Amino acid sequence: MIVGKQKPLDEIWSMIKSHKNVLVLGCNTCVAVCHEGGNKEAEILSSLLRMRASQEESGIAVTNSGVERQCEHEFFDSVKDAIEAADAVLSTACGIGVQFIAEKFPTTVVYPGLNTTFLGAVEKIGVMKEKCQACGNCVLGETAGICPVARCAKRVLNGPCGGSTKGSCEINKEVDCAWQLIVNRLNALGQMDRYETLAPIKDWSTDRAGGPRKQIREEIQE
Amino acid sequence: MSQQRAVKTDSKLEKILAAGHLAVTSECGPPRGSDPDVITHKGNMLKEYVDVVNITDNQTSMTRMCSLAACIRLKQLGVEPVLQMVTRDRNRIALQSDILGAASFDITNVLCLSGDHQSFGDCPNGQNVHDLDSMQLIQTVRYMRDEGKFLGGDDIKRPPKMFVGAAANPFADPFEIRVPRLAKKIAAGVEFIQTQCIYNLDKFELWMKQVRDRGLHEKVYILAGLTPFKNAGMAKYMRSRVPGMDVPDDVVKRMSDTPKEKQAEEGLNICIESIERLKQIEGVHGFHIMAIEWEEKVPEIVKRAGLWPRPEVS
Ligand code: SF4
Repeated sequence: MIVGKQKPLDEIWSMIKSHKNVLVLGCNTCVAVCHEGGNKEAEILSSLLRMRASQEESGIAVTNSGVERQCEHEFFDSVKDAIEAADAVLSTACGIGVQFIAEKFPTTVVYPGLNTTFLGAVEKIGVMKEKCQACGNCVLGETAGICPVARCAKRVLNGPCGGSTKGSCEINKEVDCAWQLIVNRLNALGQMDRYETLAPIKDWSTDRAGGPRKQIREEIQE
Repeated sequence: MSQQRAVKTDSKLEKILAAGHLAVTSECGPPRGSDPDVITHKGNMLKEYVDVVNITDNQTSMTRMCSLAACIRLKQLGVEPVLQMVTRDRNRIALQSDILGAASFDITNVLCLSGDHQSFGDCPNGQNVHDLDSMQLIQTVRYMRDEGKFLGGDDIKRPPKMFVGAAANPFADPFEIRVPRLAKKIAAGVEFIQTQCIYNLDKFELWMKQVRDRGLHEKVYILAGLTPFKNAGMAKYMRSRVPGMDVPDDVVKRMSDTPKEKQAEEGLNICIESIERLKQIEGVHGFHIMAIEWEEKVPEIVKRAGLWPRPEVS
């Protein structure tokens, strides 16, 4: 899923404070799972902003609403009017949702309430970790199911580097060395012989390096 | 040294190794400024005592004068340089381009590294590139040299003739893949290895035994890395703060049990004793002496270790 983190309230306030009528719009899928941008968090954020407005004696009106996903047209029917009535929307979706609103509502100002942080998993409640960078050319079949592109600080494809220490990455003891994890798992799978296969120079044209990506399913395309 | 290997480049280092001599290399970090005298001074100091001098490439991610310019300066002094290249800061276009630039000055040695993470240096907020990794850089230089082609497939006019090296850290984790990893670098095309600084000689001997068990010492020249301690503080720092470094407690104790004014001398003693012991290990083809900001001690180390005068090759 996509993981996000709410921006600091001061930063949010400085974005919206010049408006009169702001709608905080939650997104109830990925960013709800990490408890940062779901409809419940949007409601809490909007009440925090109302408190801030009264402290600052600003006349700004802050309301909230939410949708299931801000990245698909079909979910917007119920909030279209509320969006059009607002003079700015503070979206607590990931960056995709924010841009989707900007495209759909060309005359409405939209701000991001979150920083989109990474593509990750819920390791345990309250702990999300990055797992994938959507490089467009998956190598997990060669790396025992652990991604060196997303999880190695140097995206070393033939790792580990010389900085791997007691299972940790050289950048920080708190970060697992992806290559230690790969070696552990190759061991557990009885596939250590595969370690010596050289990973070829990677084609990064499917990554962000190749420019904005687009994907079409011809048979269902409208 | 038993085996004779064919010489493929004009590298003095390669010729010395192929002739069966123990090679001595050193390194010098370019300045954090544009003063050319820093390199000239260090180069002159090392000139008669080592075969080649590595120029580090923005080591520890601190922005410095570029390795290539400093290598050219060394070359002009008559000191043969080893161009260190990290994959952190340049993509495959820039790496190939710099390799050609170096080759145009007949720089004949390259050391392929991934580089420390940028968070250690003065630009922790910068991007890193890592388009290739160090093994893929080894493959790239070999491909450019042996096939005479760019990665993109086009022919290179006057391909770079470089002797290709890499680093190996016998002490990094996980230990069980330290030898397979060397094998992998050899498969990628590496021809010489400079190791991480060795303080844990027992562990290094174990690694070398595993290297010999697979016959790898006959496929690559291994230069044992050494860094003399200037004082006990440095030994402690290297033990606890430098990733991938293995400094046994008894070595630290030996330094800290020595009175302050004698510690520098003791650091040199440890270094020279280590060289003597490393000379006995089959498959060690030479020494890489990294006297960090202490280059003036290299001549003394080389002499006291019985590695002077340096052999002449043509
Ligand atoms: S220590 Fe491991 S995870 Fe960190 S940069 Fe090196 S190989 Fe990658």
